[in-house]
Amino acid sequence: MGLYLLVRAAVLVVSTAVASVVVFAVMAVLPGDPAEVALGVNATAEAVAAKRAEFGTDRPLTTQFLDWVSGLPVGDFGVSYVTSDRVGPQIVDRLGVTLWLVLFGMLMAIVVAVPLGTAAAVRHRSVGGLLLSGLSQLGVAVPAFLAGILLVFLFAVTWQALPSGGYTPLREDPGAWFQQLLLPSLSLGLVQGAVLSRYVRSAVLDVMREDYIRTARAKGLGLYRALWKHGARNAAIPVVTVLGLQLATLLIGAVVVERVFTLPGLGSLLLDGVANRDLLLVQGTVMVLVVAVLGINFLVDVLYALLDPRLRGAR
Amino acid sequence: MTRPLARLVTVIATATLAITAAGCSSGTSGDSSTASSLSVGFVAEPANLDFTSTDGVAIPQALLVNVYEGLVKLDQDGKIVPLLAESWDISPDRKTYTFHLRDNVTFTNGKKFTADDVVFSINRVKTDWKVSLKSAMDVVANVEKKDETTAVVTLTKPSNSWLYKMTTRVGAMFSRDGVADLANKPVGTGPYKLDSWRRGDAITYSANANYWGTKPKAGKVVLKYFKDATALNNALLTGGIDIISAVQAPESIQQFSDTSKYEVIEGTTTGEVVLSFNNSKAPLNDKRVRQAIRYAIDHKALLDTAWAGRGQLIGSMVPPTDPWYEDLTNLYPHDPAKARDLLAQAGQPKLNLRLRIPNLPYAVASAQVVKSQLAAVGITVEIEPLEFPARWLDVVFKQADYDMSIINHVEPRDITAVFGNPDYYLRYHNPKVQELFAKADAGTEDEQVAAMKEAARIVAEDAAGDFLFLFPNLIVAKKGMTGLPKNLVSESFDLSVLSPSEA
Repeated sequence: MGLYLLVRAAVLVVSTAVASVVVFAVMAVLPGDPAEVALGVNATAEAVAAKRAEFGTDRPLTTQFLDWVSGLPVGDFGVSYVTSDRVGPQIVDRLGVTLWLVLFGMLMAIVVAVPLGTAAAVRHRSVGGLLLSGLSQLGVAVPAFLAGILLVFLFAVTWQALPSGGYTPLREDPGAWFQQLLLPSLSLGLVQGAVLSRYVRSAVLDVMREDYIRTARAKGLGLYRALWKHGARNAAIPVVTVLGLQLATLLIGAVVVERVFTLPGLGSLLLDGVANRDLLLVQGTVMVLVVAVLGINFLVDVLYALLDPRLRGAR
Repeated sequence: MTRPLARLVTVIATATLAITAAGCSSGTSGDSSTASSLSVGFVAEPANLDFTSTDGVAIPQALLVNVYEGLVKLDQDGKIVPLLAESWDISPDRKTYTFHLRDNVTFTNGKKFTADDVVFSINRVKTDWKVSLKSAMDVVANVEKKDETTAVVTLTKPSNSWLYKMTTRVGAMFSRDGVADLANKPVGTGPYKLDSWRRGDAITYSANANYWGTKPKAGKVVLKYFKDATALNNALLTGGIDIISAVQAPESIQQFSDTSKYEVIEGTTTGEVVLSFNNSKAPLNDKRVRQAIRYAIDHKALLDTAWAGRGQLIGSMVPPTDPWYEDLTNLYPHDPAKARDLLAQAGQPKLNLRLRIPNLPYAVASAQVVKSQLAAVGITVEIEPLEFPARWLDVVFKQADYDMSIINHVEPRDITAVFGNPDYYLRYHNPKVQELFAKADAGTEDEQVAAMKEAARIVAEDAAGDFLFLFPNLIVAKKGMTGLPKNLVSESFDLSVLSPSEA
């Protein structure tokens, strides 16, 4: 177990380091000079040079990289070119919105997937089960932003039941906050839930065929009770893995969905940053996303070991 | 035992219950807009609030006239009218401007507005401003305070465009004690002051209680920013906002056809959508080729296809709200046969041209039509969309590495910048036109109008560019809203005259 975790942790650190190089390199080759974008069309060469000096983009790339990367471990992401504010607090500010969205999206996915997948597995031979599988197939095929557009059309424009977008912080108005998060997280959750339900279904199907379930049923337990007492933990292993992977997808999906619903989260920060060539802001945001995804994978590995004792002995 | 899992399930179940409960209790909180509060939807959010160091139209659109005021402003007909200056005198040699200031004006930091602030603001453009627009003040030789309410500006040469530029952001008046944090804390004399700004979402203004002029109709205004055109439309459809400041996709206006609920306002802007030519590079350095392109394009059909017929046809780089406007749309009527003749004369019967456009909806839509119309006269067009602004600015604007482009030149009165400077990306060099621009700048009002008219006609005849259409000002508002500007004549969106339905 200890060695296993150590290896996983090492992988996490190395991947983060590699990612920082890649993120910086991509930004460096991105065409478009931040100084020129900030100053506008008719800027003189001297003004642009002065702005470059102010931004520090006139220094060698290696210096810029070391300067940037050395601040990362302590959470110093540098200063935004556009707002002249520190990047870190800006990201934290927006991260709140995105995290709520991802959390709600995930919850909705679980709420949709676990009953749906289990029902589809238990009735896999009946028409109902087939229908459920078909439904999830449809959900898989729909991208989250399209689901969002459809949901807005139905719930906001046609029925006028929920707001079509916007964001109110929780502490200002919890009711409005919840209403505004409902549709975006639903559009994320429905799609992810459809994907997840297929894994739940196959996991439950596998478990149902196991000897210990048959034994449990022979002892007189009902199917659902047997599944819950003896099968759930086994079925959870593949599902947790997929859940972890999906959390990463959700985070990225949130970036797109935020745009549809005008949520001021990481996604809109990122898009604005790219358009304004606010390189440090973009680098910082992407790094946070990368670390989040890598961190999730690490946690999945750890959870894996906890759920499956067989892994603890292995490397 | 399955204890950890059971715990997880319990947590999820509890959370779900909590969410559902919250959902029930929140059902009552509905529309938050009150009679004196207004919410206006925009697309481009300011990067910061400091237009002295950051370019882009979003900052003056939100701040100018609303938070910051200049000595003068433009009215709906494009005329220069008093604002912080009650009146002004121009010396006979047209080089000295004496501004008589209002004496009842205070900044939102409580300081009184005086001639010292005029001196400070004008000098600060030269010393501290970073954006290229600051060159508008190069012509100022000296600015001094005569007394508390009189400021005298001396120019190095007569310049009509200088006074005009004073209506734009360059002319904004700042408090000597109010420039410490321009990016976040604007201090002006305008009818509104900044309450809060939630980045990525909205800017909130409240009425300036000490405003010197007519108090604004709405006590609170929220400027809401939408990255997505559909989201912007949906916000009005669902009551999230009261006004769409500029409709992004003209075909979407059908959604608001219910006249008992919505009001659609269509007017002009100062945005000329130009099919720009690289005038100094073969084959477009040949006037006949440029003329052929102008004859080959059916502008009416283009406007109908690309922009749902919204907008106005213009024959040159002048919107109807400028005093020197003249209808020049009949200079190059649609005539494919003539276009082919001209191409043959120029020895270019088969031509390949690169159309490098910004990846913006109007440019992409127009480019498709241009391509098919030019194909009809034997010109093969290769469309290449470039990311706007960064890529387009770099490739087309800076390096002039293009044959044709399409861009909405939104800046008011930009004909002089676009066709008067041979280094501008169209690389149009015509000494006669430059001379006329100089004459217009130095002359009296009548001389200015005459010279500008002539220059605009030469630019059009020379086919220095093709003027596809004038971008429409398309506003949609809830029924009953008053004060909506029909024409967009300046770079600001005046919020103070807007009035909610039941005010």
